[in-house]
Amino acid sequence: MSSAAQPDLNATVGDRAAPAATGVVALQVDGLVVEFATDRGWARVVDGVSYAVASGETLAIVGESGSGKSVSNLATMGLLARSARVPAGTALLEGTDLLELSQRQLEDVRGDRIAMIFQEPMTSLNPAFRVGDQIAEVVRKHRHASRRDAWRRAVEVLDLVGIPRAADRARAYPHEFSGGMRQRVMIAMALACEPLVIIADEPTTALDVTIQAQVLDLLRATRDELGMALLFITHDLGVVADVADRVMVMYAGQAVETGTVDEIFFHPMHPYTEGLLRSMPQVGTQGRTLASIPGQPPAPWSMPGGCRFAPRCPYAIDACRAAPVPLVELTPGHQVRCVRAHELTLRGAA
Amino acid sequence: MLYLFLRRLLFVVPILFLVSILVFSFVLLIPGDPAVTLAGDNPTPEQIAQIRDKLGLDDPIIVQYGHWVDDLVHGDLGDSLFTGRSVWKSIKERLPVTISLASLSLLFALIIAVPAGIIAATNRGRWIDSLTTVGASLGLAMPSFWLGLILVLVFGLKLGWLPATGFVPISESPWQWLKHLVLPALTLGAAAAAETTRQLRASLSDVLDQDYVRTARAKGLGWRSVVFKHGMKNAAIPVITVIGFQVAFLLGGSVIVEQLFALPGLGGLAIRAVLDRDVPIIQGIVMFAATIVIAINLIVDMLYGFLNPKVRSS
Ligand SMILES: Nc1ncnc2c1ncn2[C@@H]1O[C@H](COP(=O)(O)OP(=O)(O)OP(=O)(O)O)[C@@H](O)[C@H]1O
Ligand SMILES: [Mg+2]
Repeated sequence: MSSAAQPDLNATVGDRAAPAATGVVALQVDGLVVEFATDRGWARVVDGVSYAVASGETLAIVGESGSGKSVSNLATMGLLARSARVPAGTALLEGTDLLELSQRQLEDVRGDRIAMIFQEPMTSLNPAFRVGDQIAEVVRKHRHASRRDAWRRAVEVLDLVGIPRAADRARAYPHEFSGGMRQRVMIAMALACEPLVIIADEPTTALDVTIQAQVLDLLRATRDELGMALLFITHDLGVVADVADRVMVMYAGQAVETGTVDEIFFHPMHPYTEGLLRSMPQVGTQGRTLASIPGQPPAPWSMPGGCRFAPRCPYAIDACRAAPVPLVELTPGHQVRCVRAHELTLRGAA
Repeated sequence: MLYLFLRRLLFVVPILFLVSILVFSFVLLIPGDPAVTLAGDNPTPEQIAQIRDKLGLDDPIIVQYGHWVDDLVHGDLGDSLFTGRSVWKSIKERLPVTISLASLSLLFALIIAVPAGIIAATNRGRWIDSLTTVGASLGLAMPSFWLGLILVLVFGLKLGWLPATGFVPISESPWQWLKHLVLPALTLGAAAAAETTRQLRASLSDVLDQDYVRTARAKGLGWRSVVFKHGMKNAAIPVITVIGFQVAFLLGGSVIVEQLFALPGLGGLAIRAVLDRDVPIIQGIVMFAATIVIAINLIVDMLYGFLNPKVRSS
């Protein structure tokens, strides 16, 4: 049974991204494909992913390790390794397709219109330069500011992200900061040119829980204040509810479900989303073992022919394995890639 | 930075002290009695005793050492046993040759190694990287006398572009000075160039894979800024250490190369002193070379502090 035979599942979304509910679309990615050269030929690790994020909005991208979250975003930034290629897709930022730009042209966009914050605050700052200089460098590059003005801006953004005594601390080196403070510095660096879009790739994963909450607060506050679009990548659904407006769940290089935070948390339509929700630590259940999804995601060179989640799915039936499953829009803005979406009743977060 | 310098300087004193003990102990290891050597053919026992007395050879070792160190700190390295000339004067006379040779070799090594290392590291896995690696292995494997002979044969004798032997002081003619030193400096610098290339390739490759390099690229910085500013300042740290070692090797290697190209440097002096068992000269040269190496290490440490803020603050 293919999805085409299902009368109520024919609203195929294809590779069009749903426009954001509010605000102007800042970044719109469509049909993005990324492949890596491997011993077994080109491995397709991102397969037709589409998403859009509007100014003032936060889109969380969630999925297990290896699902292609980082690679998708590195692709739009033009930061992929040399062994990667992007055979298809567009990434529109202010009417320009980032994937069409040369490296030289991308350099003008990166750090200015679109900025990225990485997971490892301990290693993402250059140990050999003062943090103030590392921030001022972005301003000098994109704003053609004088040394002094750029430094002033660096102090200003350090202050904005809550570094105490910013003027003094700007003179310090990364090793003189704690992990949380370094992540603040990274955020300050990303904010320095007031970009349209900030991509935060697991910005809190490496931090202590209390520091995590502070950094999340900071990200949310600066997004509200500056009105930029925030792409928040994480494998932890727990933090998503705090920051995101909408969520895209990725599995094995594809989006499997996209919706508002409420839809994803309380009315999940994809068994993988349900699995993620069940493996999320709940308040008050600390110490109890977490339910987790049994099995491993498939390798890029041995993708199942049908639903990619079927081998691990407790609801899988023969129809799931028959043919690739398209992403369909069930209700406006809520898209699911599941043959049985219409018939399953899944459990959301408590 | 000043604090770092003073702290390092504090270490230099005990090291110099140890070196001086080692250098002095050479006297004890050298077979034969210098007094007998000095006395010439058929000496009478009285003559020998007289010489021993003059040289202070009958004093306890510790007293001899005391005299020697006392002279040393006053800048007196003693006199040659044979010519009676001041050791310090002999060294000073020949020093410009060796210094010229060693520093030019180092300069050539860096001129070759820095671009080669950067090109290899930024083109990892491509043919130009393999070429550099092969070149570096050759540079390391080739003995300097062999390389020197080939260079002399080709550029000195066959093509006649460059003089094969001799030295002209820089004060006399900078151009002739350079021309005479090109071949020896290339010969001596080849191994240093190869070693530095390898180290730079390794450390820069490593650095370019670091997260902060990705951050620099995410900021929109161009290739130049990423490699030269963010990459090199970090990659230079291990490379500087290697260059520090290279200076010691260059001083050692200059003995052979100076002979090969008939350069009147310290190498010649050292060889003759060893053959003659002219102890004060040997001691003087070794002590002098050791001091230079220690000074270079001090400079390396300071550069370390400049490049690595962690070293500076700890
Ligand atoms: N440089 C590379 N060469 C080859 N394969 C790569 C490379 N980088 C990533 N991949 C592959 O691409 C896939 C997606 O990786 P990606 O880093 O996007 O995962 P992720 O969703 O960000 O996971 P994580 O939560 O661990 O960060 C993985 O299967 C990974 O092995
Ligand atoms: Mg990732």
